[in-house]
Amino acid sequence: MDCQDVFRQISDYLDGDIDAQLKLAIEAHACGCHHCEVVVDTTRQTIALCCDGRLFALPIQVRERLHAVLKRKCRDHMA
Amino acid sequence: MSETSPRTIEPSESALVTAAKGGDYDAFEQLVNRYERKIYRLGLNITGNAEDAEDVLQETFLKAFENLSRFREDSRFYTWIVRIGVNQALMKLRKRRTDKSVSLDDPIEENGEVIPRDFADWKPNPEQLLGRTETREIMEKAIQNLPDSFRTVFQLRDVEGLSTEETAEMLGLTISAVKARLFRARLRLREELAKVFKRG
Repeated sequence: MDCQDVFRQISDYLDGDIDAQLKLAIEAHACGCHHCEVVVDTTRQTIALCCDGRLFALPIQVRERLHAVLKRKCRDHMA
Repeated sequence: MSETSPRTIEPSESALVTAAKGGDYDAFEQLVNRYERKIYRLGLNITGNAEDAEDVLQETFLKAFENLSRFREDSRFYTWIVRIGVNQALMKLRKRRTDKSVSLDDPIEENGEVIPRDFADWKPNPEQLLGRTETREIMEKAIQNLPDSFRTVFQLRDVEGLSTEETAEMLGLTISAVKARLFRARLRLREELAKVFKRG
């Protein structure tokens, strides 16, 4: 197991989509390799940050236009 | 002396769906309120364009309203509208695709190496990063800079939490194509964020 092997497997590793033996080999390598440890850790942080809904806002004008359109359409539908 | 404010009990999603199917617009609006932000984000992350994302948002809920009677409730309402939203967003992408952009189903170099270049630790932890005002802009820019095909897979797998199989089925890709795109999307995003968040 070298750094390239870890990089190739990193996505499946983070998804838990690898067999137990490979998982142990990656962890053993990363334990003694600062670069791999950083890449695994910061890739995990990247995913967590990108998925965090707290970082995302719906602009108020976009929301107002959506509700105006839906109300109009609803009235048409029910008429 | 402290006052205990009465707690509002939120109606369940299925109760709202039932009421909306019966013609209760307020119930439908409550469903919209619950998911509008997520659907806008989905539209923005797939199309990479605020104007298109707004169209996706409106078209998704309009289609949901028009087709509500056909929703059989064998999945969550949110899962159902995500599927509508993805279809709307993909239509937008296909309409404005130029020869320069990467098609969703274009082959990518499956065996090509993706090599991380930045090995510095990140100084703030994720919670500290979330507290930063500029974090949102940095994240949005990093996601928008991904090729369409990577961004779409990343959105469905990591943001929406769909399985690899569900993502493959929704996008008409193979399992290995989904995995390859997700792998590249994640590493590219990491490299972009590392430039900003690494320990000085």
